[in-house]
Amino acid sequence: MLTILFDGVAYGMLLFVLACGLAVTLGLMNFVNLAHGAFAMGGGYLTVVLMNRLGVPFLLCLPAAFLLTAAVGVVLERTLYVRLYGKTHLDQVLFTIGLVFMAIAAIDYFMGAQQQLITLPAFLRGQLEILGGSIGIYRLFIIAICGALVVVLQLGLSRTRFGSRLRAAVDQPDVARGLGIDVNRLFAATFALGSGLAGLGGALGVDVLGLDPTFPLKFMIYFLVVVTVGGTTSLIGPFVASLVLGLGDVAGKYFVPEFGAFMIYTMMVAILIVRPQGLFARGSR
Amino acid sequence: MAKWTLRAALAGVAALLAGAAMAADTVKVALILPMTGPFASTGRQIDAAARLYLDQHKGDLQGCTVELTTKDDTGTADVTKRIAQEAVVREGANILAGFGLTPLALAAAPIATQGKVPMVVMAAATSIITEKSPNIVRTSFTTPQAAYAMGEWAAKNGIGKVVTLVSDYAPGNDAETYFAKAFEAGGGQVAEKLRVPLQNPDFAPFLQRAKDAAPDAIFVFVPSGVGSIVMKQVADRGLTAAGVKLIGTGDVTDDDILNNMGDVALGTITAFFYSAAHDSPENKGFVEAFKKANGNMRPNFFAVSGYDGMHAIFEGLRKTDCDPSAEKFVDAVKGMSWTSPRGKIAIDPETRDIVQTIYIREVKRGEDGELYNIEFDQIPDMKDPAKAGK
Amino acid sequence: MTRVETGAPPAAAPASAAALLRERARWSLFDLLFWAAALAAFFVFPLRLPLLTEIAILGLFALSIDLLLGYAGIVSLGHAAFFGAGAYAAGILAQHGWGEPISGLAAAGLVAAALGFATSFLVLRGSDLTRLMVTLGVAMMVLEAANKAAWLTGGADGLNGVVMDPVFGVFEFDLFGHTAYWYALAVLFLCFLAIRRIVNAPFGLVLRGIQGNALRMSAVGAPVNRHLVAVYTLAAGFAGIAGGLLAQTTQFVSLDVLNFQRSAEGLLVLIIGGSGVLYGGLVGAVAFKLMQEWLSNITTQYWQFWLGAALVLLVLFARGGLLGLARRFLRRRPARSERGGAA
Repeated sequence: MLTILFDGVAYGMLLFVLACGLAVTLGLMNFVNLAHGAFAMGGGYLTVVLMNRLGVPFLLCLPAAFLLTAAVGVVLERTLYVRLYGKTHLDQVLFTIGLVFMAIAAIDYFMGAQQQLITLPAFLRGQLEILGGSIGIYRLFIIAICGALVVVLQLGLSRTRFGSRLRAAVDQPDVARGLGIDVNRLFAATFALGSGLAGLGGALGVDVLGLDPTFPLKFMIYFLVVVTVGGTTSLIGPFVASLVLGLGDVAGKYFVPEFGAFMIYTMMVAILIVRPQGLFARGSR
Repeated sequence: MAKWTLRAALAGVAALLAGAAMAADTVKVALILPMTGPFASTGRQIDAAARLYLDQHKGDLQGCTVELTTKDDTGTADVTKRIAQEAVVREGANILAGFGLTPLALAAAPIATQGKVPMVVMAAATSIITEKSPNIVRTSFTTPQAAYAMGEWAAKNGIGKVVTLVSDYAPGNDAETYFAKAFEAGGGQVAEKLRVPLQNPDFAPFLQRAKDAAPDAIFVFVPSGVGSIVMKQVADRGLTAAGVKLIGTGDVTDDDILNNMGDVALGTITAFFYSAAHDSPENKGFVEAFKKANGNMRPNFFAVSGYDGMHAIFEGLRKTDCDPSAEKFVDAVKGMSWTSPRGKIAIDPETRDIVQTIYIREVKRGEDGELYNIEFDQIPDMKDPAKAGK
Repeated sequence: MTRVETGAPPAAAPASAAALLRERARWSLFDLLFWAAALAAFFVFPLRLPLLTEIAILGLFALSIDLLLGYAGIVSLGHAAFFGAGAYAAGILAQHGWGEPISGLAAAGLVAAALGFATSFLVLRGSDLTRLMVTLGVAMMVLEAANKAAWLTGGADGLNGVVMDPVFGVFEFDLFGHTAYWYALAVLFLCFLAIRRIVNAPFGLVLRGIQGNALRMSAVGAPVNRHLVAVYTLAAGFAGIAGGLLAQTTQFVSLDVLNFQRSAEGLLVLIIGGSGVLYGGLVGAVAFKLMQEWLSNITTQYWQFWLGAALVLLVLFARGGLLGLARRFLRRRPARSERGGAA
């Protein structure tokens, strides 16, 4: 039982890291970035290349995945995304799906279509026996990293100057500009943060979720589920949503395996019917 | 302007006529495969192997040359059907080949019947496929072949209690059924049958359930590619440490990615028809040439199926003196047997399905330090157990 | 060829609105050109009929999404549920010996519409994103249900043994796809007429009003929810007919008809063509499929890259889809800002 609970939390946490960047761009910048999964895939492939071809240790790959995807994010934001802030959501969908197609084919070209695998360092493998349940060490590691991230992000967005400026820039870009806030740079930084987080999530997820060129499409649904169920007004929403979905999914598959596939969607639809704006909406957008 | 148009039209007509005249000497093979999407790696392996065969045997046929055109069906059944249809009516394809997944092959089967063209199935592995058109010949395998063999072997070799874990779709259910049949007939007990949704990113809860049943072994069937994730999680969950063996069909230890799975794969026992480490001169030559032509990519079971499919096409044409019409070609291929890189194989004259040796293999490190499926036991001349009425 | 009949009742609205609707319903040169081209395609590309049939079906599917998105402002990522329901309905009927195509198609439409009606109540509330995900969730559940119900649907193997009778008892579905193309094109045309009638009736005006401002529409006394349920049911029905067409012309149904990619492709095609314009879905389907086919022949493995690049360019340089681009080009002035249906 404890094991199930634990697995669910770890799975949920991983979902959160993967999806929270999307919550940031969607919630704060009001931009529908379906290419979010492509950034996650980028982080994953980066890890694979660094580990398998260059022999970089796994723990170094994580920050590298974060930084490099963030850098790519900035470049794309400045050159392409910035032209789309004023456009409709449908245009944004079309545009980002186009990017996803390009990313899929490009990865396929350079890395091939097969599954990519990494071997985790020995100290992250295996299980611990605690309180009669067994707990995977790597899952514990995921939980620790994600837990830390949640705290840092929430504090960062609610307590720091960066956070308050960002919220000001989103609500009233003109006023914010008038106050001397460099809105463009702020958006670029936010976007970089979002893509970096996706890259980190991709790197962490290689071992659990698998990695092949169709990753962005395969997991796009999950990201969207998390963001929709959680609402986009804060990061706590997606976080709680990730945990609820992770736990529900894992527990559902364990206790009623016949209905395993229905679980996550049933939960999502049920939650959205009761609370159409997501779990943690404060007013509607 | 008008002059130009006229000349172009004339040139076009001339080209058409020339094409018609040449058609007799050129046998067109349309290779329809998923080249993009989730099953792209299947398509790549088959495409690479078929092209390798073509390169090696270009001038072999007296009186005709074989022309191969690869088409991407994106793994979607209605697209496969449409492409097959267009290949026949528009491009005048003489032979259809490829077909990465069962529904794709089934969708195209009526075209083979209506268009009276042979259809060589190089991947799709559900038993019923060959029954859907008299013009279908299969050179890959059937899932029951591998699963049944695994069940027989497990029951005979001290495994008493098994939990099965299969992807919840038709091939998975096939594997579950035929493994259980053979295993229970041999006196074994299947403690629990778990079916994992096909779109499933996390196996943890299922493996936990399997572990709680404390079996001697866990039998796994999942699509190639996903297998590695299962394998890792089996090790992570301490199943290996608890003495639970991992057994399955060879999809789990796909040669294409086996080496990257790392030590967790060691000791996995699978039943299958091809290993890149199969010890024969034919296979050595095949693996070497394949790697050389494809940037050191290791051929897997799909590759050998594509290679043998091309062999069947070539030998069939040789027997019919380059007549690719379904009636003659299929007759010629029926009962044909040859030594493939995988060992001796034959086409069953009654079912047009493949008859082959199923090997029992264990994952070990080879001489070059890479991971391989090392064969240590075999069940020779195995027919499709589903059609053999087992 | 076929006599055209649509069942919509004559509009009874105030004179000015009626005049407006009449004006909109008039046939233009573009209408004639488009359908003439569709007819001519049969003679010009006699060997590409399977592809053309596929385009017609995708066009109908996109048109049904347009009814939702372009006219009622409901974003759906799960429209494949209805496409698939129709496909399975038609397929299963034919598999069990009911091979008459036209009644099969009607059944496909009805089954899909029933499913649409049943699930329409889920999309009445919530933001775009919520609707997107609720529709997606419903579609995924239908997909899993179809996979589970292998005794009925054939599961992942697909539905086998679909045998169709000749259309009108005369025209058999042939290998060249002659019958399939005429059949699909005729159905597409009839559905197009029906949808055109619907959106140019007072009903369509109310829908546009709801899309603009639902609160105001309910204030002026329009039953907003009832209209949304009605349009959702209708759109589902048309998607079901598209699905039924696919099942009948390919004589095979697999789980692909229900998957997420199918919904996404329909939506994509519509946005490419331009939503809120009847021809958007049709033009989008033609452009998308032809481009995919062309690229896929040039580079079998990497065509997705160039397709993606085309989408990116389209967004950067052509607002309102291809039709928006064409209109601006023709009029040499910026088109009225299209509502994109989302905000």
